[in-house]
Amino acid sequence: MKYDAEVKISLKKGMLNPEAATIERALALLEYQVEDTKTIDIIKFSLEGENDETVHKEVDEMCQRLLCNPVIHNYEIKITSKNSIK
Amino acid sequence: MKVGIIRFPGSNCDRDVFHALKIAGAEPDYIWWNQRDLSTFDAIVIPGGFSYGDYLRAGAIAAITPVIDGIKEAAKEEKPVLGICNGAQILAEVGLVPGVFTNNRNAKFICKWTELRIKTNRTPFTSLYKENEVIRMPIAHAEGRYYTDIIEKLYEQDQIVLGFEGENPNGSIEAITGVCNEEGLVCAVMPHPERASETVLGTDDGLKFFKGMIKNG
Repeated sequence: MKYDAEVKISLKKGMLNPEAATIERALALLEYQVEDTKTIDIIKFSLEGENDETVHKEVDEMCQRLLCNPVIHNYEIKITSKNSIK
Repeated sequence: MKVGIIRFPGSNCDRDVFHALKIAGAEPDYIWWNQRDLSTFDAIVIPGGFSYGDYLRAGAIAAITPVIDGIKEAAKEEKPVLGICNGAQILAEVGLVPGVFTNNRNAKFICKWTELRIKTNRTPFTSLYKENEVIRMPIAHAEGRYYTDIIEKLYEQDQIVLGFEGENPNGSIEAITGVCNEEGLVCAVMPHPERASETVLGTDDGLKFFKGMIKNG
């Protein structure tokens, strides 16, 4: 079965995010006052798999081996079966 | 001493390291990223650059290439392994040294001379310096801010190798910019010793990194 996978990678709570801080300061230049700015990376791909569980497990393994650095990142995985989209 | 210099697509300090190793008296040779067997080398240097365009995270993609198996094997055999700049980021991504080198606090690429304190001289690379000696070497990175969640352990186990003296340009935790593994033989430093290896470059303070590796590695 074909699946769509989406991995959302964010910095762990309390980690300094210089990119977000720069964006927040740039917004302030345009006179928008915002706070708690975060940047999140999303990686999307499609893959073949037997069922939701095995696909989730495989994507989780990808996160641990390459896509994320466990020292600084949290991640969320979303799996959607291609067949479920009508 | 036969020293292997690892080359990835995007490495760009490989020839500088080759030159510095020659001056120090080593026999350097290049190793391509897809070579798995490094058993003919006595020591390994991973030079700086932008391997794989720094995609995903600096060092993340280099960290899963075949040559990493050879580097792990060399570390297991207690051969000295030095990662400089991108090489340091790669060693942290592989997990051969603790922590991570991530985006500078000011979100800028910083290229400048820095003053550095030798925090331990138990590694081969720092063995020819006096402990607490202050030396000058340049940095050139956008992702050099050191972070670890096990800082006390690093102090206890004497794994902090280099620290910024005075200004902490990239916001590293405790101004740390060089760490080693528990054995002290795998060492990751953000500053560039090869760019400070001849007085014509401003100083030869960095040359002892390579001389120490040859003498005590």
